[in-house]
Amino acid sequence: MIQLEQVTKIYHAANGSVTAVDNVSLDIREGEIFGIIGYSGAGKSSLIRLLNGLEKPTSGQVVVAGRDMARIKGRELRKARQEIGMIFQHFNLLWSRTVRENIAFPLEIAGVPKEERQKRVDELIQLVGLAGREDAYPSQLSGGQKQRVGIARALANNPKVLLCDEATSALDPQTTDAILDLLVDINKRLGLTIVLITHEMHVIRKICDRVAVMESGKIVEQGEVLHVFRNPQQPITKRFVQQLIEPEETEEAVSHLFGQYPNGVIAQLTFVGEAAGQPLITQVVRQFTVEINILQGKISQTHQGAYGVLFVHIDGAADEIARVLDYIRSQQVAVEVIHDAR
Amino acid sequence: MMLANLLPNVQWETMWAATVETLYMTGMAVAATFVIGIVLGLLLFLTAKGNLWENRLANMIIAAFVNIFRSIPFIILIILLIPFTKWLVGTMLGANAALPALIIGAAPFYARMVEIALREIDKGVIEAAKAMGASTWTIIWKVLLPESLPALVSGITVTAVSLVGYTAMAGVVGAGGLGNLAYLEGFQRSHNDVTFVATVLVLIIVFVIQFIGDFVTSKIDKR
Repeated sequence: MIQLEQVTKIYHAANGSVTAVDNVSLDIREGEIFGIIGYSGAGKSSLIRLLNGLEKPTSGQVVVAGRDMARIKGRELRKARQEIGMIFQHFNLLWSRTVRENIAFPLEIAGVPKEERQKRVDELIQLVGLAGREDAYPSQLSGGQKQRVGIARALANNPKVLLCDEATSALDPQTTDAILDLLVDINKRLGLTIVLITHEMHVIRKICDRVAVMESGKIVEQGEVLHVFRNPQQPITKRFVQQLIEPEETEEAVSHLFGQYPNGVIAQLTFVGEAAGQPLITQVVRQFTVEINILQGKISQTHQGAYGVLFVHIDGAADEIARVLDYIRSQQVAVEVIHDAR
Repeated sequence: MMLANLLPNVQWETMWAATVETLYMTGMAVAATFVIGIVLGLLLFLTAKGNLWENRLANMIIAAFVNIFRSIPFIILIILLIPFTKWLVGTMLGANAALPALIIGAAPFYARMVEIALREIDKGVIEAAKAMGASTWTIIWKVLLPESLPALVSGITVTAVSLVGYTAMAGVVGAGGLGNLAYLEGFQRSHNDVTFVATVLVLIIVFVIQFIGDFVTSKIDKR
């Protein structure tokens, strides 16, 4: 659906030039939710704006739904943009228009006749769950409701692609979850391709199929969300994955327990996907002569399956412990020994 | 009767005719200033750096024009424009003769207010409209003007109040209206009551303009 080939975007300013996007190649498939994560200044805003021609690449090719967004202009570009919806961090609604009129705006741009426009707006209001608020002005809405208007507006012309520019960054956690649920629902129901940029790993975890990690204009890592979670390669990716782990699950939280366990090892087990559903501990206890004590743990759900961290204390003969660790590894569970008193 | 004793020199018919002339000059000048000011303001805004029609040269020329005419004191502007007015209207007397100077004096002033109003619009809203595939015309008509309307109305209110003052000055050099009456009848013939009544009428006009402007602004502002 979207292909980027060796795309570079350089901004020239008075005090030198900035490479916002540095030789990026991406292939985003039809119907998937693709996340791009990075800290502010990583170039993700520029990248997403290349997809609807709000920015033009300095070099490289940007193809969205078969159209070369870097080359087309004028009427053709405007037509292409009508097939690419976009929602924003600060919603960007027209305060002078009601909910209904805001949602009708892209339809007016596309030249949809009035009666059809009204019908479509009613459908969209139902779709995003804003019934009863049609005639309110944006200033009378909460942040979550404003973003719902933004989503309805972005979907008005039945786009093939929806771009989300930090769409939940200005919302509280609860509202964020509701908006993310709505995006997944739309993705499933309409088969829409969604590209989102964010700095919150939570958003990636909750709804994305694949993720690309961006740093200094480059994509440093990309792949299936669970795969990246299981095996973060780059330091920045590890930092992002760390965001998901609550403080009580970190090494520091269990380090005070080290003294209490003079023997054996304390290990961090990371479960991803199907592995999280297996009775692993039971298996270990049955098959090996060791004692296992669960110290702390948490399992979080991702779009593709579960992701969990467990801290355990394993005690027994040294070679038996080694066999246990090998066994656990063989069950697709990552093991990291964080304290070894053997 | 009381009124006639207190204000012996006031001829109400003349006073009324002068009021109508002032209202006519103000009304025509406000209407023309509104249109020309918005066009100039839009050009100033759109040709500025980072905007839809970014063009340094055009921006400089328009800005220079606006700044020059905004800076010339109105009374001097009237005198400078005498040849132009004579060519355009054919005379220097009467209400119509005041209009060119009033409009040329007020439109650049209002254009700056329009530009400021447009710059206040959230850039994100313009970006959103672009992302929806809006043309520049659509953005002007459906985003820029509606989103800045309260500021445009309060700006034209301020300008209209200044224009009432300008008409009085234009009156001194023969354009008619309350200023003309106050100067000729009131000042030159030392009929202070005429000056007083003309002043009260001007104040009433100003208050009414301000009231209407504030009312409309609060009605259309949904922020």
